[in-house]
Amino acid sequence: MAVEEPRFLPRAGLQRLIDRLRNQFQQVLGPQVCDGAIVYGPLQRLQQLPIGQGDRQAPGSYRLEAAGGERCFAWANGPQALKPLLFTPEQPVWRSVRNADGQLEFLPMPAEPESLAVIGVRACDLAALALQDAHFLGDPADPWYVARREGLFLVAVHCTHPADTCFCASTGDGPTCCDGFDLALHELDEGFIIEAGSKEGATVLADLATLPVSREHWTAAQAQQAEAARTQRRHLRPAHELACLSDALMHSHWAEVGRRCLSCGNCTAVCPSCFCHRHEERPAIDGVHSAHVRSWDSCFTAAHSALHGRPVRADTAQRYRQWLIHKLCTWQDQYGRIGCVGCGRCISWCPVGIDLTAEAETVLGAAYV
Amino acid sequence: MSDAWLPQEAEVVECITETPDIRTLRLRFTDPERQRAYRFAPGQFNMLALHGIGEVPISIVSDVEDVHLFDHTIRAVGRVTRALARLECGARLGVRGPFGRGWPLEAAEGRDLVVLTGGLGCAPAVSVIRHVLRRRGSFGRLTIMQGVKHANDLLWREQYEAWAREPDTQVLLAADVATPDWPWHQGLVTELFDRIGGSLVGAVAMMCGPEPMMMAAGRKLLDYGLAASDIYLSMERNMHCGAGKCGHCQLGPHFVCRDGPVFSWAALAPCIGIQGY
Ligand SMILES: Cc1cc2nc3c(=O)[nH]c(=O)nc-3n(C[C@H](O)[C@H](O)[C@H](O)COP(=O)(O)OP(=O)(O)OC[C@H]3O[C@@H](n4cnc5c(N)ncnc54)[C@H](O)[C@@H]3O)c2cc1C
Ligand code: SF4
Ligand code: SF4
Ligand code: FES
Repeated sequence: MAVEEPRFLPRAGLQRLIDRLRNQFQQVLGPQVCDGAIVYGPLQRLQQLPIGQGDRQAPGSYRLEAAGGERCFAWANGPQALKPLLFTPEQPVWRSVRNADGQLEFLPMPAEPESLAVIGVRACDLAALALQDAHFLGDPADPWYVARREGLFLVAVHCTHPADTCFCASTGDGPTCCDGFDLALHELDEGFIIEAGSKEGATVLADLATLPVSREHWTAAQAQQAEAARTQRRHLRPAHELACLSDALMHSHWAEVGRRCLSCGNCTAVCPSCFCHRHEERPAIDGVHSAHVRSWDSCFTAAHSALHGRPVRADTAQRYRQWLIHKLCTWQDQYGRIGCVGCGRCISWCPVGIDLTAEAETVLGAAYV
Repeated sequence: MSDAWLPQEAEVVECITETPDIRTLRLRFTDPERQRAYRFAPGQFNMLALHGIGEVPISIVSDVEDVHLFDHTIRAVGRVTRALARLECGARLGVRGPFGRGWPLEAAEGRDLVVLTGGLGCAPAVSVIRHVLRRRGSFGRLTIMQGVKHANDLLWREQYEAWAREPDTQVLLAADVATPDWPWHQGLVTELFDRIGGSLVGAVAMMCGPEPMMMAAGRKLLDYGLAASDIYLSMERNMHCGAGKCGHCQLGPHFVCRDGPVFSWAALAPCIGIQGY
């Protein structure tokens, strides 16, 4: 039997959910504190979650701090989104073997379906997943992404504690999860409102000991979602205004950002939608075997645009311009919406605290005052 | 799994040394079934993979109707191309492709054609010229224009002289720096449009070469009355996947590997000729 309508899951019931998922999926991941940040790790017990943990984020800064209380999800996203789970930092694409006669054999790398459940996914992560789906599932689909995507079960948690760097409300991607999840949780002090977003989610929900949702639960959940949207301080302009960024290729502000940006590529590494990757050959010392591997790349490197012995985008200003215009403007031509979901990661994890919302505003400002 | 992600073994059947650093490899898939089924359009490219060395995009230059072999003309400039240019008959390599969108040859049928190239030999344009000459009756006047920096840079001189003898075909060559035996124009190739016998209105132009040359020529062609949608450019960008995924070849909103490498002037105008974009 499947349960379609939202139910109330008492706090202790979360362990039941973890157990239920562990019975069905090869791997269950959940947020946990690791090296001073909240990231996904293998989850067995409720106590591994970041209970009573909060965070403080600002341009160029991410700090954990104690929030107190029983809540497990009273924090904003850490550096890692779903991206590394599906578009892995490294993926062998093929192997080649040369026999004694010089004949070559190219061997495909199997794309084996993995069943994986992730607890604690945010609205911005779901939106970014949809962006990566549009890229990697489009023809010709990336077979390794397809395999991991098919086996993915997502338990979303609506965001109640956006960081200072978040602006998902302005991109329309959060803080409340609308679709793309199997189960979604509103975390309240005494437990969770749990709702299924798919048939598979409804089947899991049916196996949990839940109660009806009270009017008070709903009121509290709605109030905290409204508050989470209201407290966001940063915002981006609507997409059709951002589309004008490509008319500003010669704006003097690019040179100004170029002087601050270190071209380190942190922003592209933490961004949940960035998809660039390089291909490289990894020959074995025996001369017989070789692997062709693809790994994450960044448009902030010189090699990214190398042509005829030099980069097309030789200086940092040109690379920042490429990144921002792709993300906010030409992504719209490619995939029908902006490539930013307002997660704010690139702001927090930029060592010099560059804030794309401010940079876009400076470039566009004059056109829209 | 889609063929896009796995090279297929091919064999070098013939090698032609064009110049000390340019060689043409004539290839055939070792699987006869695959060779029989292989189809491409002029202007498309393959990714050529050398075991243990790497993979690079290279245009296909042979005629589409030659179903037994496919040709690549390779200039040895770096790690992979140098190794490719050293291959001998019988050598094996991997091929993925064909990728991209080629020249609009069907749309150009019955019309006058200008093929304009710059720099040291331009493989994608050679495929167009051969295509047209083999189907001479299907196209109008053919004007072949090539510009080089130094007269000594001109490759395939005899080839140009032979093309000039074809019916209804004009060859216009230019060198910035001429030598005493250079019978053609000294200066820029873009100064030669006036010498084209007849009007350019209604013609189709196909260009390939350094971007500044294509920019200058494209602007001139517009002045001569060509429509922006009838001027085509073959673009080059860094490419790793060939399949619209790795992101390296992006040029404004376009993935050059998938949406190009051949684009119309109309499609590219907003994003070319801008330093570092
Ligand atoms: C669509 C397309 C079609 C092409 N068709 C042909 C062709 O028909 N014949 C041919 O000889 N070459 C062609 N090229 C260029 C060829 O792909 C490059 O020369 C090759 O990638 C260089 O690799 P490498 O390992 O030899 O050089 P690397 O060791 O990677 O680089 C060293 C040198 O290679 C050059 N280089 C690197 N990447 C490129 C690039 N993408 N384009 C141009 N130069 C580059 C630099 O000049 C540098 O000096 C084409 C490129 C594209 C994008
Ligand atoms: S551009 Fe920045 S804020 Fe937007 S999705 Fe990427 S990391 Fe998040
Ligand atoms: S914007 Fe910041 S994070 Fe991105 S490359 Fe520049 S310095 Fe690094
Ligand atoms: S070459 Fe990879 S996206 Fe074009």
